[in-house]
Amino acid sequence: MTSVSEGTPEQVSRHQVSTVLHRRPRLRLGLLIGPPMLWLGVAYLGALGALFITSLWGQNPFTGDVVREWNLDNFRLLFESEVYRTITIRTLGIAALVTVVDIVIAFPVALYMAKVASPRMQRILVIAVLTPLWASYLVKAYAWRIMLSENGVISDLGGLLGLDTPGYGLTATVVTLAYLWLPFMILPIYAGLERLPDSMLEASMDLGAKTGHTLRRVVLPAVFPAVVAGSIFTFSLSLGDYITVKIVGGANQMLGNVVYDNVGAANNLPFAAAVATIPVVIMLVYLAAARRTGALENV
Amino acid sequence: MTMSPAFKVTLRVLTGLALLVIYVPLLLVVLNSFNASQTFAWPPEDYTLEWWRKAVDSQGAKEAVVTSVQVALIASGISLVLGTMAAMALQRYRFFGRDTVSLLIILPIALPGIVTGIALNNAFRTVFGLDLGFLTIVVAHATFCIVTVFNNVLARLRRMGTNLEEASADLGASTFTTFRLVTFPMMRSALIAGGLLAFALSFDEIIVTTFTAGAQQQTLPIWIFNNLFRPNQAPVVNVVAVVLILLSVIPIWISQKLAGPTDGLAGR
Repeated sequence: MTSVSEGTPEQVSRHQVSTVLHRRPRLRLGLLIGPPMLWLGVAYLGALGALFITSLWGQNPFTGDVVREWNLDNFRLLFESEVYRTITIRTLGIAALVTVVDIVIAFPVALYMAKVASPRMQRILVIAVLTPLWASYLVKAYAWRIMLSENGVISDLGGLLGLDTPGYGLTATVVTLAYLWLPFMILPIYAGLERLPDSMLEASMDLGAKTGHTLRRVVLPAVFPAVVAGSIFTFSLSLGDYITVKIVGGANQMLGNVVYDNVGAANNLPFAAAVATIPVVIMLVYLAAARRTGALENV
Repeated sequence: MTMSPAFKVTLRVLTGLALLVIYVPLLLVVLNSFNASQTFAWPPEDYTLEWWRKAVDSQGAKEAVVTSVQVALIASGISLVLGTMAAMALQRYRFFGRDTVSLLIILPIALPGIVTGIALNNAFRTVFGLDLGFLTIVVAHATFCIVTVFNNVLARLRRMGTNLEEASADLGASTFTTFRLVTFPMMRSALIAGGLLAFALSFDEIIVTTFTAGAQQQTLPIWIFNNLFRPNQAPVVNVVAVVLILLSVIPIWISQKLAGPTDGLAGR
């Protein structure tokens, strides 16, 4: 191919670059993966690393400046203090509860969409589930604030059934978070059920299994990775949330609020960094476990 | 599937109820934008267009929209380039650490937003010595938007195969010509879907933004949050919310035109 040397110098050099690239796939790979890795591998991972290092530093209580002395005081405070233990457990509980609520609501919806609805209906339902995802997060949290208010819709209509609004608190937080992340659970389960061939369900039925039995022994194991994939979102998004709890959670605090307050008002970055490592560790364990189920290919 | 009829009816009813729960809060927001009561008393006693008039005149809301659009456009532009490069590298090559790279790409979205937010906040200020502002918001948003483009392009490349690109190379096209005339046109709709998702993700983000925005920059979510608890501003916020709900139809319409039902939209 060296014989091609006509054209402007620019064309020639471009041609040479192209030839070199064609002959050296490793170079091509390097050029492709380089920039994204520089951004994510160096800048982002570097930022996470720096965060962890900061958590091992202290703060001058008078000036508020970060003091670069290595110690474990932040983590000691975190583990020994009753308050932070309670907040950690509360946050984990909320995230787990939100995930369970979403699975329970999403499963029948996804099953109906994938295996009962007509193709046309299926299309409409997918759009119907997706649409609220595009509506603003704050708008939705705020809609629940209004619904849950003292003289709001829930206390008004619930009154007919003898129910009252739970008011602003932990229940309201779980309800609102479950509402916000529901589409993230429905979609992967739906996609997982879609991939499950109908013939497998028919075979199970033909062999005499009842609907419930088929669901337990055939459908659930097959969609388990999809459920785990969905739970990564519902769990992680709940774990780091501090806005929803501010809008509908009353005076309750989650881990996110502790981080937020320490970065902002208290200006104790090392301690905020130490608190932030809790959700990181939890999510890394969660992701490692999820990877073994094959869920990450479903994300 | 041969399910018992009773079971099918149960599923239908449950699906209907779920959709009701999904849409009632949104409808309530729309209704309240006409509610004459400033505290959204339920049921509404009178209706008004005053809040809409106030919202149109709200300078703060308008400036916030402009900031949000600018941030989202630049951030999705960056993530389109980086996400496509990463997807091509991972789909077309086998190399050491490939699994780690794919994990790294989903990490900014798999980790809670607060972690990404505080990590970047700390890095910008102490490591890079930057003042928080427009640039830092864009960088932060691009970081977690890469995954949406990456997922879309990766799925498309998997389906495309390499036959056409090889044919193009065999016919003498250079690497760049092949990309311009063969690969890119085949990826285009995946790029639009991924870019749209990135735009929406950035436009709506508040947690990471709170930690990476300076005092001068207000994106729309930050403006909404700052005004949510002000009794005078709440009805205006409510109108902005309705506009956002109505606008959300546009990306859905575009992506439905582009692709099948779940294609390109499933991954966050």
